[in-house]
Amino acid sequence: MESVKETLTGPIFKNNPIALQILGICSALAVTSSLQVTLVMCVALTVVTAFSGMFVSVIRNHIPGSIRIIVQMVIIASLVIVVDQFLKAYAYAISKQLSVFVGLIITNCIVMGRAEAFAMKNPPLASFIDGIGNGLGYSVVLIVVAVIRELFGAGKLMGFEILPLVTDGGWYNPNGLLLLPPSAFFLIGLFIWALRSFHKEQEEAPDFKMAKHTPVREGV
Amino acid sequence: MSSNDSIQKTLIVAFSLCIVCSVIVSTAAVLLKPTQEINKTLDRKRNILAAAGMLQEGVGVEEQFAQVSTRVVDLRTGTFSDAVDPEEFDQRKAAKDPAESMALSAAQDQAKISRRENYALVYLVEDGQGDIDKIILPIHGYGLWSTLYGFIALESDGNTVAGLGFYEHGETPGLGGEVDNPRWKAVWPGKEVYRDDEVAIGLIKGAVDPSNASAAWQIDGLAGATLTARGVTNLVQFWLGENGFEPFLNNLKSGEV
Repeated sequence: MESVKETLTGPIFKNNPIALQILGICSALAVTSSLQVTLVMCVALTVVTAFSGMFVSVIRNHIPGSIRIIVQMVIIASLVIVVDQFLKAYAYAISKQLSVFVGLIITNCIVMGRAEAFAMKNPPLASFIDGIGNGLGYSVVLIVVAVIRELFGAGKLMGFEILPLVTDGGWYNPNGLLLLPPSAFFLIGLFIWALRSFHKEQEEAPDFKMAKHTPVREGV
Repeated sequence: MSSNDSIQKTLIVAFSLCIVCSVIVSTAAVLLKPTQEINKTLDRKRNILAAAGMLQEGVGVEEQFAQVSTRVVDLRTGTFSDAVDPEEFDQRKAAKDPAESMALSAAQDQAKISRRENYALVYLVEDGQGDIDKIILPIHGYGLWSTLYGFIALESDGNTVAGLGFYEHGETPGLGGEVDNPRWKAVWPGKEVYRDDEVAIGLIKGAVDPSNASAAWQIDGLAGATLTARGVTNLVQFWLGENGFEPFLNNLKSGEV
């Protein structure tokens, strides 16, 4: 088993779920136009990943192989509903902005992936820490994307004005594209590029090489 | 491990897991329900006050809402009605229900909403003496991408705008989304709705020239959002027109409600 520190910090840069495994992209596009909403989403996902890992791990020796994915889904779905209910009760405005994306944590590949790949084989505490680590890895990417999108797209951070907009009598002309989902694709792409320039081992070998042209042969 | 895969064990695990999870989920749902309900009502009241430009920071929403009374208006006759309970009435649902709404012909359907509900909730803000100070009316209609939902507030003369705001829309951020810009919303108060008994208020292209004779009925356009601006003009004109609240406002002016 890896050391605790390795389990916790490994997923942040070395084995980042979004940047290396390219999982959980959907919500990364949808919720990152404002930093405040992003932070709530990150906390929600981290909590769900950590606790689902822990609970799956607690009963891992009793889960029948034939229904293990369903068992994991039931645990994850229950946790997500509980988190959603809490947000609706204590952070109503933000839960309205997150709308369906809290519910969609259920289908987030990161949560499912950690339950299946880690929690099924490791003890509860390690699985919990692994969940926190992967949640942090997800959060790092989302926060970077959200800071860039909100700052340069709306001139604000956490709703506070940083760059006064032209429309409000300031000098900054915002980049509207950054507020639209596609911009998150570009930013995540750039993030992956930067990360892989540092961690060269993350570069993937090409899947195929272009073959040379072959001379035309007649009638085989 | 192999004993885990017996049918008996599979059923036991599946069954007990479902029991445990459903208990947890339903406990959370039941315990948190009251707090959620309070949030929902507060949110609705806050939207109404914010749209009317009356929301003050630092004062409790409930406290500010105390001077507002909710009434049901029958849009067919333009009079108050007791046919539905304002606490229970879901206006958005009613607008889709054939039994509680009216189909609009293409000529009538200026706001592109295809059906109009028969009953609408209006909010009357009273001054200290029990007279109506402001009238807050719910409005909605299609912009470029989405249906915009909001409120428009009128002064007691039923003609002067006191405020406008949208609490839900999916217009392009930075362009059509500028309907949320406080500077643009601040243009509305003081504008007039009716000119010779016709709805004349509307958005124009560019900024309003104050020396223009029609300036009182004109609102600054939204740069780069022609279609959203057109949608806003249409929905305001529809809801203040003869198929919207105009009969009610006329009745209110003549005191026949």
